[in-house]
Amino acid sequence: MNVRIPTPLRSYTRNQTNVSADGATLAELVDDLDRQFPGIAFRIVDEQSRLRQHMVIWIGDERCRDLSTPVAGLPEVVIMQALSGG
Amino acid sequence: MSDLQQEIRGVIRPEWMPAGTEMPSELDGPRLLVGTRKGAWFLATDADRRHWAVAGPLFLGHIIQHVVADPRDPSVMLMASKTGHLGPTVFRSTDSGVSWTEAKTPPAFRAGDSFERSVRSVFWLAPGHRDQRGVWWAGGSPQGLFRSDDAGDTWTTVDGWNDHPSWGSWAEWPDVEGTPDGSMLHSILIDPRDAAHMYIGLSGGGVFESTDGGADWTPLNGGCAADFLPDPDVETGHDPHCVRMHPLMPDRLYQQNHCGIYRIDRPSRRWDRIGDNMPRDIGDIGFPVELHPRDADTAWVFPMDGTDVWPRTSPGGAPAAYVTRDAGRSWTRLDNGLPAQGWFTVKRQAMCVDANDPVGVYFGTTSGEIWASADEGESWTCVVAHLPEIYSVETA
Repeated sequence: MNVRIPTPLRSYTRNQTNVSADGATLAELVDDLDRQFPGIAFRIVDEQSRLRQHMVIWIGDERCRDLSTPVAGLPEVVIMQALSGG
Repeated sequence: MSDLQQEIRGVIRPEWMPAGTEMPSELDGPRLLVGTRKGAWFLATDADRRHWAVAGPLFLGHIIQHVVADPRDPSVMLMASKTGHLGPTVFRSTDSGVSWTEAKTPPAFRAGDSFERSVRSVFWLAPGHRDQRGVWWAGGSPQGLFRSDDAGDTWTTVDGWNDHPSWGSWAEWPDVEGTPDGSMLHSILIDPRDAAHMYIGLSGGGVFESTDGGADWTPLNGGCAADFLPDPDVETGHDPHCVRMHPLMPDRLYQQNHCGIYRIDRPSRRWDRIGDNMPRDIGDIGFPVELHPRDADTAWVFPMDGTDVWPRTSPGGAPAAYVTRDAGRSWTRLDNGLPAQGWFTVKRQAMCVDANDPVGVYFGTTSGEIWASADEGESWTCVVAHLPEIYSVETA
């Protein structure tokens, strides 16, 4: 499926906005991203497998923080940074 | 990781530019490694430390907590980083800070950790013992301790600390970031006579000592005040802000605490409040304490206002460092060249000294200025201004 990458993570994806990755769940999808782009997972998900506080994953128009959410067969997942900071 | 990815994710330091009106004739003096809330900058000077050059930003927009060079191999530098959105990590340079790449395995607690801890920030970086090339230590927020044996490329948890049966009662660990920047492990000190002998500081929690390389720990807080606790006479729960060990007299430690300035001469287990000898109208609250590299009786502090609601700016808005030349029995104000009014804070990692004679003393402010003294604090010059909030300044 297509995965949209936000600007803070594009140093890992050779500046690509859209990359292809697969997985039955969001957790597996992030694992696949890390296989292709080593180091990217730890910037998104902490060592206790929790989505980091200021990251957001969109499936369609649903915000999703549960990494066990099934994503197999979906056309696209969007990773974004939350509105925060200053 | 492929070479291509290393190259793409690497960051190259910008060229040196004059920090003032004149470029140094040679960059053969001390260098300053500056971490800020929005990136890292380097400063370089000539041998007489009159003119300065600046290079930066590196990692613009990243929160750079600490940048440290390896005294065993100055071509190696580590940088503690995170961003507002992304998780914490460590960047490494093996060419004296020119190019930087990310650590393969950044500091992290174990998956399935009993406290479900995750590293929010890598706060403190410390090179290991001089005989243990490649060993580095990192302190985190919350108060985790991590070790690398390959010059910062891969990190492992120090189980003797992170899984110590008393960790949960020793480490103050609020669920959210507290004031000013949450709980953290700092001041990782290695005894130059014995690599297994270490101290760490916890904000909050206190000072702890290990004599077995971090496998076990004991509190070392006797004599320290804890005015913010209902029972101020406790074994742990104190708030050391910065602890320093004298390199030539490692049994002597100085501590700038939330509740005063202290010195201890081991094997004593009791800290003496040498801040009681500070002027009463200034007090002895602050973040940093720095030591003269050759004189164990000389230390510098930068007092701040710890009254009322704790503004943490200079008392009366009049910035000044203070120096003791007699191990804390007396203190002298050092404000020649500093502004009559200034409402900044100097954080615990934002003051440092060089090894020259006379010693250079440097500090960075939360308002983005670097101040330098080439005469042990007798006079100060602002060498660069308008940087982001400065978190750390280290010499290289």
